[in-house]
Amino acid sequence: MIRTKKTFSLIAVLAAGALALAGCSTTASTDSDDTMESTATTLTTSDTWVKAIDSGMTAAFGMVENPTDHDITIVSATTSASDMTELHETLENESGDMVMQPIEGGFTIPAGGMLMLEPGGNHIMIMGVTDPILAGDDVTVTLTLDDGSTLEFTAPAKDYSGANENYEGDDEMDMDHGDMDHDDMEMDE
Amino acid sequence: MSEPVEPDTSRRLSRRHLLWGGAAAAGVGAATAAGVSIVGGTSGSIAPTSSGDATTAGFTPQEAFEGAVPFYGAHQAGIETPAQSNAVFIALDLRDDIDASGLRRLMGVLTDDAARLTAGQPALADSEPELAVIPAQLTVTFGFGPRVVELAGKAAPSWLGPLPAFGIDQLDPAYCDGDLLIQIGANDPLTVTHTARMLLKDARSFALPRWSQSGFRRAAGAENPAATMRNLFGQLDGTGNPSPGTTEFSEAVWSTDVPSWMEGGTSFVLRRIAMDLDGWDKIDRLGREETIGRTLDTGAPLTGTVEGDEPDLEAKDRLGFPVIPAFAHVRRAKENEAANKMFRRGYNYDDTVLTGAESVSNSGLLFAAFQADVDKQFVPVQKALDTLDLLNTWTTPVGSAVFAIPPGCQEGGYIGDTLF
Repeated sequence: MIRTKKTFSLIAVLAAGALALAGCSTTASTDSDDTMESTATTLTTSDTWVKAIDSGMTAAFGMVENPTDHDITIVSATTSASDMTELHETLENESGDMVMQPIEGGFTIPAGGMLMLEPGGNHIMIMGVTDPILAGDDVTVTLTLDDGSTLEFTAPAKDYSGANENYEGDDEMDMDHGDMDHDDMEMDE
Repeated sequence: MSEPVEPDTSRRLSRRHLLWGGAAAAGVGAATAAGVSIVGGTSGSIAPTSSGDATTAGFTPQEAFEGAVPFYGAHQAGIETPAQSNAVFIALDLRDDIDASGLRRLMGVLTDDAARLTAGQPALADSEPELAVIPAQLTVTFGFGPRVVELAGKAAPSWLGPLPAFGIDQLDPAYCDGDLLIQIGANDPLTVTHTARMLLKDARSFALPRWSQSGFRRAAGAENPAATMRNLFGQLDGTGNPSPGTTEFSEAVWSTDVPSWMEGGTSFVLRRIAMDLDGWDKIDRLGREETIGRTLDTGAPLTGTVEGDEPDLEAKDRLGFPVIPAFAHVRRAKENEAANKMFRRGYNYDDTVLTGAESVSNSGLLFAAFQADVDKQFVPVQKALDTLDLLNTWTTPVGSAVFAIPPGCQEGGYIGDTLF
């Protein structure tokens, strides 16, 4: 299983049907011994990006599709940006607020289905960032799937004013959500 | 609640397909209006598309609005591309702390935005993706001022910098110069505005707007796109332009005698020319035509019958006076024209009237010209017009900027990558 945080040389594999108009990087790699078959064997990603941030918490977003004929679960993720990554879902808590929390058991994507990772919704939470992620930087994200294989993609960083959601148990965490709201402060520099 | 989407057939259309429906359809020449649909809330699930949507059923957008102009290529789009109905020209100034590495990141982000938006797709992290689905021949063209070239440590073309001062100029610094030019053109004003907003948001941590100038022509589809534009004096503006797609155009526009990073590029001059419409009102039709040396209806030279006729500067009337007067705009321009003409791609502007001003108009021309070499093709003509051109009575240059337009890029590259 690939656990390194360094950037890999990427093999651009364009997902079947994905429009290659925008130069978005869709990279699928697996470290299993599976030989490539004509039918899809793993997930594909597209339109991936990370919110630029000076330090603290941020998140990765994008679309993950499962073109295979079997359900696939993303059980964990690592990134080149920090040592701490969690898979988060958005839920309504007892007081009716939408909050985010780690999803138990990971994201299961049904055969033929897809998962949107987006601000205000499901996302890959990146915590403990110490080196700034600057707009235009590339962050490498590696997903570990339930069969032990990994899927790697590159997510360019973009300035984004949103994605300032509440986190369940905010008070107990060292980093509050204000860390994600860095853009407004930067503007005054 | 948030859950991965079930493989329901009605949901096999991904968000991308929903939002990119227009672009995908344009790519194959089909019109799937139902594909231009709205995605449901932010819960992470995807709203199924409704082919029976009352607002799209049976509606087929015209080519001028649905068509996408290829972004990648040897040259940037938005130059040889037929001029769209609406445009905005924006100059940005880089923040003081931006270095070469920041510049590369900036151009990478902006290039990706432009590539997606011109294809009718939302930019990455586009918070208003529904505004991106009508490309309307959108083009985004980037240009560099001297500071960008200096940051990259490359030699600048000899002509890159402010134009020489002209006697008729009354330049307002608020409309002059800049580090980075973004020219956005489309046949839909909302597409132009959304594109500008997206690019400026993404540029914000690198650069701030210095000026922004919006312009318009007749609406797309209202007349033959090959027709010469009319300015607010009612004149045909741009007669004699090299025709896109010809050798004449290539020789006139694409720079050759430039540093290697500029090969395949061109130069861009934007002159904001205020037009005194109130003063022009006092001039009768004959006087207006003699001022220019052309008729107003067809644009034919006073010595000819159709717009394309070459002006005969030697022709005399029965009293022996030149048919095209000595002070006529066309004579002054023509006599000082280089072998390679500049290519004009201008727009009208009509800004809000100034409170309390006597004039009821705040209007003019965004004189936009592309040429291989500013010093050889633009400056000599402007010098001649500066010293004698009756049209100067009613026109005043109030803004001026020159940019180097780098070549286009290939997929995976970015505009300006030849600098690094």
